[in-house]
Amino acid sequence: MPGPDILAATEQILSAFTPERPNLIPILQAVQGKLGYLPRSAMQAIAGYLRIAPVDVYGVVTFYNQFRLNPPGKHSVKVCLGTACHMKGGYIALDAWQRRLGISPRQTTPDREFDLDTVACVGCCTMAPVTVVDGKPEARVDPTRVDGILLSFGREPPAKDQK
Amino acid sequence: MKTVTLTIDGKVIKARAGEKLLWAALENGIYIPNLCAIREREEPDASCRLCWVEVEGQSDPVPACAIGVQEGMAVSTKGEKALALARAAFELLMASHALDCAHCQANGRCELQKIAKVLKCSLKPKRLRLLLRDLPVDDSSPLFSYDPNKCVLCGRCVWECRKHREKAIMGFAHRGFERRLTTFADEPIGADRCLDCSECVKVCPTGALTLK
Repeated sequence: MPGPDILAATEQILSAFTPERPNLIPILQAVQGKLGYLPRSAMQAIAGYLRIAPVDVYGVVTFYNQFRLNPPGKHSVKVCLGTACHMKGGYIALDAWQRRLGISPRQTTPDREFDLDTVACVGCCTMAPVTVVDGKPEARVDPTRVDGILLSFGREPPAKDQK
Repeated sequence: MKTVTLTIDGKVIKARAGEKLLWAALENGIYIPNLCAIREREEPDASCRLCWVEVEGQSDPVPACAIGVQEGMAVSTKGEKALALARAAFELLMASHALDCAHCQANGRCELQKIAKVLKCSLKPKRLRLLLRDLPVDDSSPLFSYDPNKCVLCGRCVWECRKHREKAIMGFAHRGFERRLTTFADEPIGADRCLDCSECVKVCPTGALTLK
């Protein structure tokens, strides 16, 4: 989305709120709801409207997992790191996702196909370690399963890993 | 103004009614380790967990920055229970501190060195494995350097920044172990910002913010 649209959308949302600090989170949620993420220019506009420092908006945005700084990808990959998944190797699954997608948690692949995120328990611990792919929980995700899931999206594992 | 009389480590002192214990002690020359305490702040942050003291009649230690003085209070800053808590907090801080006193500008005036001395513990944590943050040093400002690896997240500079500017440059962002003092969008401070102000450097208790 080009720049002027972002500002127009942000300003339209801002006009529905009074310029008070307690409105910061509802504003951020509304802007993200509209744009899918929180662009830099939107955060600056919000800071200006609430008369607070941009860094304070940034602090809130980076604190909560629900806010994102880049446009969402087509598919969402959420790796559970809750207690059960942690014990069952959730970090190994996360590591595999990071390596295969080439991104860190809270990032999107350059081709905008995949988002990588972590969550702290999705409530199906018997399936640990769990990765929720496009809303569907995948059970017992190990690096091989990561490749399998990616294959179902048409992504071949890198050739050097195939024996 | 109403004053109250209390004793700290056997020393009788007078303090303004409603004053917090930490400030009453510091004003009377009794040092209690602290990092996050800011006097002008209405409510204490009480996040560094270093200013533990024991108050007679209370079974558990209390943070001195959050407790108001009371008439006849008897306080000990040297109780073993309080010191054990403060040492634990200090060790946790030091477990992710890039310790390099010999090459650090803050060497000699560093509050971490002072606190280690008061708590009678080493600057290097004994019970904990080191977990360093390994973040890049921001050298972009012509006035000062910022080394996040030496920052203890006390918030003094953040408070100071808000006092001296209409729109603060520095603030905290990210969460948990990733939390750090930073600027909007984690940009470098840069060659053009903060040219007329380096108040944050003056209040930094460690070598995280240093003048060039």
